[in-house]
Amino acid sequence: MQFENPATTNPIDQLKVIGKPIHRIDGELKTTGRAMYAYEWHDPNLRYAYGYPVGSAIAKGQVTSIDSAAAKKAPGILGVVTTLDVGDLQKGKLNTAKLFGGSEIQHYHQAVAVVVAETFEQARAAAALIMVDYAPEKGAFDLRVEMANAKTPDPSSEPDSSAGDFHKAFSAAAVTLDAEYTTPDQSHAMMEPHASIAAWNGDEVTVWTSSQMIDWWRSDFAITLGMDKEKVHLMSPFIGGGFGGKLFLRADPVLAAFAAKAVGRPVKVALPRPMISNNTTHRPATIQRIRIGAERDGKITAIAHESWSGDLPGGGPETAVMQTRLLYAGENRMTAMKLATLDLPEGNAMRAPGEAPGLMALEIAVDEMAEKLGMDPVEFRIKNDTQVDPENPDRPFSHRDLIGCLRRGAEKFGWDQRTNPATRREGNWMIGMGVAAAFRNNLVMPSGARVKLDQDGIVTVETDMTDIGTGSYTIIAQTAAEMMGVGVDKVAVQLGDSRFPVSAGSGGQFGANSATSGVYAACVKLREAIASKLGFNSADVKFENGEVKSGNRVVRLDEAAGEEGLVGEDTIEWGDLTKTHQQSTFGGHFVEVGVDVATGETRIRRMLAVCAAGRILNPITARSQVIGAMTMGAGGALFEELAVDTRHGFFVNHDLAGYEVPVHADIPHQEVIFMDEIDPYSSPMKAKGVGELGLCGVSAAIANATYNATGIRVRNYPITLDKLIGELPNVA
Amino acid sequence: MRAFTYERASSVEAAAVAAAQNADAKFIAGGTNLLDLMKLEIEKPSHLIDVNGIDLDTIERTQDGGLRIGALVRNTDLAADVTVRRDYGLLSRALVAGASGQLRNKATTAGNLLQRTRCPYFYDPNQPCNKRNPGSGCSAIGGVTRHLGVVGVSEACLATHPSDMAVAMRALDAVVETVKPNGEKRSIPMADFHRLPGDTPHIETALEHGEFITNVVLPSPIGGKQIYRKVRDRASYAFALVSVAAVIHSDGSGKVAVGGVAHKPWRIEAAEAELPNGARAMASALLADARPTEENKFKISLTERTLAAVLSEAKG
Ligand SMILES: Cc1cc2nc3c(=O)[nH]c(=O)nc-3n(C[C@H](O)[C@H](O)[C@H](O)COP(=O)(O)OP(=O)(O)OC[C@H]3O[C@@H](n4cnc5c(N)ncnc54)[C@H](O)[C@@H]3O)c2cc1C
Ligand code: SF4
Repeated sequence: MQFENPATTNPIDQLKVIGKPIHRIDGELKTTGRAMYAYEWHDPNLRYAYGYPVGSAIAKGQVTSIDSAAAKKAPGILGVVTTLDVGDLQKGKLNTAKLFGGSEIQHYHQAVAVVVAETFEQARAAAALIMVDYAPEKGAFDLRVEMANAKTPDPSSEPDSSAGDFHKAFSAAAVTLDAEYTTPDQSHAMMEPHASIAAWNGDEVTVWTSSQMIDWWRSDFAITLGMDKEKVHLMSPFIGGGFGGKLFLRADPVLAAFAAKAVGRPVKVALPRPMISNNTTHRPATIQRIRIGAERDGKITAIAHESWSGDLPGGGPETAVMQTRLLYAGENRMTAMKLATLDLPEGNAMRAPGEAPGLMALEIAVDEMAEKLGMDPVEFRIKNDTQVDPENPDRPFSHRDLIGCLRRGAEKFGWDQRTNPATRREGNWMIGMGVAAAFRNNLVMPSGARVKLDQDGIVTVETDMTDIGTGSYTIIAQTAAEMMGVGVDKVAVQLGDSRFPVSAGSGGQFGANSATSGVYAACVKLREAIASKLGFNSADVKFENGEVKSGNRVVRLDEAAGEEGLVGEDTIEWGDLTKTHQQSTFGGHFVEVGVDVATGETRIRRMLAVCAAGRILNPITARSQVIGAMTMGAGGALFEELAVDTRHGFFVNHDLAGYEVPVHADIPHQEVIFMDEIDPYSSPMKAKGVGELGLCGVSAAIANATYNATGIRVRNYPITLDKLIGELPNVA
Repeated sequence: MRAFTYERASSVEAAAVAAAQNADAKFIAGGTNLLDLMKLEIEKPSHLIDVNGIDLDTIERTQDGGLRIGALVRNTDLAADVTVRRDYGLLSRALVAGASGQLRNKATTAGNLLQRTRCPYFYDPNQPCNKRNPGSGCSAIGGVTRHLGVVGVSEACLATHPSDMAVAMRALDAVVETVKPNGEKRSIPMADFHRLPGDTPHIETALEHGEFITNVVLPSPIGGKQIYRKVRDRASYAFALVSVAAVIHSDGSGKVAVGGVAHKPWRIEAAEAELPNGARAMASALLADARPTEENKFKISLTERTLAAVLSEAKG
């Protein structure tokens, strides 16, 4: 199905199932431990062997030799495969750093060997006996130092934009801000480690893995292994979180495949937690410069956002400036990105890439500007709202209700209770409130599905879509139920299998809207098949209560299916609506914090997000996405930072004791409000993405609240107490 | 993790004999620290002596009105003990500020005292570390040091001792009772139990090989306001950047030990004379010899400010 024109009324608008607060249909499997994650697959007829990876001890250079003699004599050992044994491998199309093979080391903890044994413990013990010799080379590890050598990246990332004459307008502006902000490297820190099982059958391989994008992984796996994609069968029905860390093929399936081939048995490989932050990808650090010029009445006349980030050769920039092209009005504007070469692990997408760190900076800058203007930061944002793409005023937003989010949030949160900076105290706590706009583009991706109806009236959806904890199973079941006129109890959903039609996958907050639209398209086909089999005129057919109706004829779905059943399959594809109309999602984040006047510890007291993201397909799963994202933003604001050893080129705090993510005590109270809206330009579902929106801007709202509490402006994340302590009031 | 042999010791004597027989043996109690370190081959015992079956899990009054805490009393039980809560509130508060509920259910009194540093380089076997691999060098010096020590540090090591419980015990003048493999018993005051790194950061305590902790004894209750204030980046389940354990009497005198700043709970009895002169005076006396790094110098003012908060809470 080609989605070319705004959606008109369709069966989804019945809202009998869609939009209802339905609990996860896979919830019981998960709470009872029956949902099988990659490492847990167990076929009693197979004798699994265990592979344990060895990571490089240097960040850059060559492996000169690997001595596995001692490991090969260890108890239970079945085999050792080293990076030198397999030689140079073709790199996956979407990988920047190579995953395995050859002598070149591009980053710390790059996989250099996999050791296979009868048990996990034996493999781990033998792995410690592998002796690797390196010829280390000097690398570049410090973004601040490399900033001077940074270059404009490849044009595909749209590194530069401009409209009007920024420099002239900025120098003429009555009130100006010019400030630098930094965001650190961050780790996805998902719960389930990267893990795979590979089992060969002749020249075909089946891989159970933890992947957000089945088809991307399948293609890049085939390229890396030098085999035919058709001979790769990939399964990833349950995923314990990804946040972008599982978007692109990782080392574990590659190691498992080589290991399984070497020992002639299926092999399980999981990345040990201390290896994950340096072996896989991370959100790259940024240095950002923002300049804003405004008239005294608060109207922005000039806005510029520049960002520097680094990556391995061949990598891309963190696109931290993108939202600044669209979020606020202003006739004169420019954005620019510069990319430095860094020999740290590969920088790549992490939840809301670009917008998350970009808004961390921009939304502090906007707060600072409002203060300079003597304006309320909510009013300042509202004053500079735009209903069109500011670089291209002929291009409207499909639907934009930032103002609604901010007004509703301000009222609900009691924003009018906010006091001047550093004036509100409760005992030892300095209390402050902060606000920030949330903004994230609504991306769409082609997405396919197959929907079957059987003689029991059961509707089965098959698609390679993934559920990374987001609720894909549930909203897909709701979509099929709504389309076919049944309850979710009559729908079975099968996901994450490369034998199923290729879907959007989970990423960029495009999953929910794109994948359900694909299911919608497949259901349209199935409805047509049913109507045509029954000889109904498809224009007036109704699917309700497990029945198909046309005129005064009524047939039960199970009867309609008959013994042979019926199938509909289709892929949603997208026309020009994303070009003619800017499609984005919006929100307002409101946060209250307390800062301990003695120690400078910042603790969140309450958070509110108001989101405008089209139709909300399921308020329970959508809310979970938003509160999870707000929690992630709390970590990003207050403590998450991969600490770089700039001498040796690695992230030092590479476990969950060193890389602190929020715990329950950090998040006392969260509230989420969804604006009641639909966006017919986005898809037949009239929904948009919401999985990343909740992260966008929230860290800045926390930063602004900390400023309001203390009067101390911290522009370098995370806002840890050492950055406040020198300016806190005297307590001795 | 290296393969190891394993036995259960049912008495202190049996544990001592087992330790005497194997130079590579280690005791295992809750295992919450030892197992993690074994997985990374930072600890490589060839033999484990499981001491959980030894009858040392009670808390009893001593003859002079103090408290004898068995080495195997779980952190959760110690924190919840009615006598501890009433007479040694500092200890109870320090315990619940540490780790998580699940870990405290396993963690023991002796194991907690003997937990090893959280220096990130210590945890990465690829990196030189004098504590893990004597003589290999200290990767932290010149590297990431935000969490590391500021006082009592050496050219060989900047690590801190991460325990909360030990800081409270130091302020409470606890004494560690042990048995050596030859059966000899010792009482080691907390002041002497943990060592500064010096040239031998791998030697962390006064214990000899195979010496077994049987109990920790607290002197009779000393009253006062007992406050444990732990400062950390996230609200729970994080090691202290700085912690202050204080017993403050109504006349302004008291005892103060500080965590998160040194290789051992940091207390200088002589500095306590400054207590009535306020936090600044006290902190300057305590940290007079501090040698912080650029990244962790904030711990100096943080200690002073935390102490100020504790003193004002004690007054209030
Ligand atoms: C994620 C995490 C977070 C944590 N956070 C904190 C925190 O915030 N604050 C804090 O204070 N602690 C924290 N801890 C540490 C925790 O308190 C210790 O791991 C625990 O107290 C160790 O006790 P255990 O009985 O498990 O010791 P084990 O791991 O069994 O043993 C530790 C050491 O003690 C030796 N040993 C044990 N018993 C005896 C004995 N009777 N005589 C002689 N030697 C003995 C062992 O040989 C070993 O060397 C944390 C731990 C983890 C894993
Ligand atoms: S500070 Fe101590 S523990 Fe850390 S690397 Fe140096 S020697 Fe090792």
